[in-house]
Amino acid sequence: MILEMSAIGLSRLQFAVTAMFHWIFVPLTLGLAVIIGIMETKYFLESKKPGNEVNTEFWKKTTRFWSRIFAINFAIGVATGIILEFQFGTNWSNYSWFVGDIFGAPLAIEGIFAFFMESTFFAVMYFGWDKVSKKFHLASTWLTAIGANLSAVWILIANAWMQNPVGMVFNPDTARNEMVDFWEVVFSPVALNKLMHTSTSGFMLGAVVVIGISAWYLLKRRDVEFAIKSMKIAAIFGLVSALVLAYSGDGSAYLVAKHQPMKLAAMEGLYKGENKAPLVGMAILNPQKEITNDEDPYLFDISIPGALSLLANRSFDSFVPGIEDIINGGYDVTDENGITSKALSFEQKRERGKLAVDGLREYQQSLKTGNDSLKAASYSQLQENFKYFGYSFLDSPQQAIPPVALTFYAFRIMVILGGYFILFFIAVLVLTSKGRIISMKESYSKIIYWILILSIPLVYICSQSGWIVAEVGRQPWTIQDLLPVQAAVSAVAPGNIYATLTIFFVLFTVLLIAELKIMFNQIKRGPENLS
Amino acid sequence: MDTLYFLQHYWWALISLLGALLVFMMFVQGGETLIFGVARTDQERERIIGSLGHKWEITFTTLVTFGGAAFASFPLFYSTSFGGAYWLWMSILFLFVIQAVSFEFRNKAGNLLGQRGYDIFLFLNGSLGTFLLGVAVATLFSGGSYFMDKINITNGASNVISTWSNSWMGLESIAVPFNVVLGLVLLFAARTLGLLFTIEDMRHESSKFSLALQRCKKSLTLSGLLFVLLFVLFLVMLFLRTGYSVDQATGYIAPVKYKYLLNMLQLVWPAAMLLVGVVLVLAGLAGAILLNESKPLNRYAFYITGAGTVLAVWSLLICAAYNNTAYFPSLVSVQDSLTLFNSSSSKFTLTVMSFASLAIPFVLAYIIVVWRKMSHNGKSY
Repeated sequence: MILEMSAIGLSRLQFAVTAMFHWIFVPLTLGLAVIIGIMETKYFLESKKPGNEVNTEFWKKTTRFWSRIFAINFAIGVATGIILEFQFGTNWSNYSWFVGDIFGAPLAIEGIFAFFMESTFFAVMYFGWDKVSKKFHLASTWLTAIGANLSAVWILIANAWMQNPVGMVFNPDTARNEMVDFWEVVFSPVALNKLMHTSTSGFMLGAVVVIGISAWYLLKRRDVEFAIKSMKIAAIFGLVSALVLAYSGDGSAYLVAKHQPMKLAAMEGLYKGENKAPLVGMAILNPQKEITNDEDPYLFDISIPGALSLLANRSFDSFVPGIEDIINGGYDVTDENGITSKALSFEQKRERGKLAVDGLREYQQSLKTGNDSLKAASYSQLQENFKYFGYSFLDSPQQAIPPVALTFYAFRIMVILGGYFILFFIAVLVLTSKGRIISMKESYSKIIYWILILSIPLVYICSQSGWIVAEVGRQPWTIQDLLPVQAAVSAVAPGNIYATLTIFFVLFTVLLIAELKIMFNQIKRGPENLS
Repeated sequence: MDTLYFLQHYWWALISLLGALLVFMMFVQGGETLIFGVARTDQERERIIGSLGHKWEITFTTLVTFGGAAFASFPLFYSTSFGGAYWLWMSILFLFVIQAVSFEFRNKAGNLLGQRGYDIFLFLNGSLGTFLLGVAVATLFSGGSYFMDKINITNGASNVISTWSNSWMGLESIAVPFNVVLGLVLLFAARTLGLLFTIEDMRHESSKFSLALQRCKKSLTLSGLLFVLLFVLFLVMLFLRTGYSVDQATGYIAPVKYKYLLNMLQLVWPAAMLLVGVVLVLAGLAGAILLNESKPLNRYAFYITGAGTVLAVWSLLICAAYNNTAYFPSLVSVQDSLTLFNSSSSKFTLTVMSFASLAIPFVLAYIIVVWRKMSHNGKSY
């Protein structure tokens, strides 16, 4: 199947593979950096108390152990991050020109403000224990954590802008979008929500990993104090993060309903919209379902009536459009100014997109011929229809629909696991208080330790599912409604991309195995025997 | 002066400076080429890699920021060069990805490829990676085989703005002697700086590393000589080259003989920068090779040569596009060539980023503070 793919499919696959691989390592560093910062603060405070050498040494070892785990992941996160940056140029060159004026700025700012901070102070955090003062070291650890999270801020602003392009106008002279309001880009509600949701997901992941690794020590009955104290810090941090995550997740669904209704419909497998739309709790999708037939979308489902309407519009009775409604149009939509109108169908949007493209072409002709009336007319034709520019590149309504099953199941997995982790952190908090986790009957405790350990793969599945919902669910758009993947891709023959994709795949597999082996080895050594 | 015109030149100067600082920081890459040959014992190898291991992230970050800043300020260059010279950039990318994990992974148990595997990665990054980056930079002068037309976006299915005219996708640049010479200049510049850094680093324990220091010095003479000779050859080739000039008002692009020499002579200050740079490089090298440690020119040779390299590279990169020069000219359709005027971001974006760029001195300051603190004892791990 892969062999028959086009440059578009292969470029998408290559970007997806790289981004998902990158997203294995980065969330851990986001969360772990903060946890290490808390631990080192504890070390710093303990070291101030006289006659407290044992405690001081304990917290130093604890901090250093988790820093080692951080370092192993940091290196590979850096290695995969640069690939993403390059790929915007190599594989998505049209994209780079069409929106580079807006998208490039956060990337440059990320480099100047965040990457240097993170990499410079990481060197102190990791190598500087005997070279700088305790205070300087503590500051460096926190600056590493701030740098890591600041870089997440900027790249998420850039990503949010792709999902909800604001603060720009299309300039027909340069044939691209140009930024006119930086703060609108930075502080768009979608950006703020995405920031909160994605950063806290990294925090939660870091906390679960710390708890899972600590549980392994309890299972082995070694480094018990280290394990329990690490768990406590991680559980408090994790619980707060998971609650913010749930709150921002709700906000995220609301914003998706507003700006990307098709994504919401795919997340719910909702084909025919309705008032009091139900939220699907559990369901199996009917694989035969297409927009062209009348099959039932679900083979089986358990739904909560009205809950989707509430989630999407904050009102039980409101109408939530399904995939077929969005393609066929005709339902009522209300814009930001409170004006209600009938939604356009796919065909109408495509017609308007074509008018925009024609307007651009004629505008450029008018520049060559010096025809001022054509210039003015084509300019207004372009701007009036620019909102639908991207639809002109789509051939059929099917192309405007994201992969429904992948988005639908990923959404359920993410939400269910997210809920599980709230309970998980509460349970860990209860178990670690008064040493219950170590004093209970061995037959129980073993099961609990294994649940905690096996929650590590679960949190990764949760995190990757979130990525799938956000990124697969917005297909085909690189920029919502303005630039589909079909018009964003470079003119690189499929064979080349197939080759680079293969190299990436082999390289990533080797690096992942090496990474895991090194991690397991370091964990086995434990905090007492760092090499 | 028009604001946009100023901003376009400010940003070209800034990414040129980032490029120049990157070349200096590539002493890390140069150092990586020493691990087979100059370093003969495990202890020597550990020492060299240990010291570079504290610095590589700054080099890497400079490369990433250079990419990000180029994307943000001249997106058309980013899309045309990266999307066209696909294999050249992808090869560079692979050679840097394997570096990023190697410092951390090489001496850890269970690392799958063994220490030697990661050392080979480092060597490949230091040698081939550096060379290819030099080739890619050379194309700013020697150009690429592309067509570019922004209105292509309205062309339905064949909507790509910048397209490459051959199926080599940038690999053909490696067959151009001019590019090869700059690739070699960068390789030997990095190696020379890597040697100077290693000498500076090992000097604090000269009794332990006396043999390695001797080999470094011997290698420095050869490497420094090759660096200087190849650089002179590159300058001759560059100054004899025909470049392309753009008419600001019409955008028309026309060939001009000895364009880059003329840029130096007409602008004057880049020529002065180049001259000072060359003098500093020569002084640092002479100090390191001919004088003994009691002389400052010897003790600070790494920084003096480094500063000279930054100035020389900065001035050359500036001359690639200043003075109405078409940079990265198209070899197949001259009128499609990139200029500061047709490839930059908008005035608004460049202004926003210019405010952000005011933080750069602050960033440099904390890097220097950390560098000094971390180097005080000259110990590693």
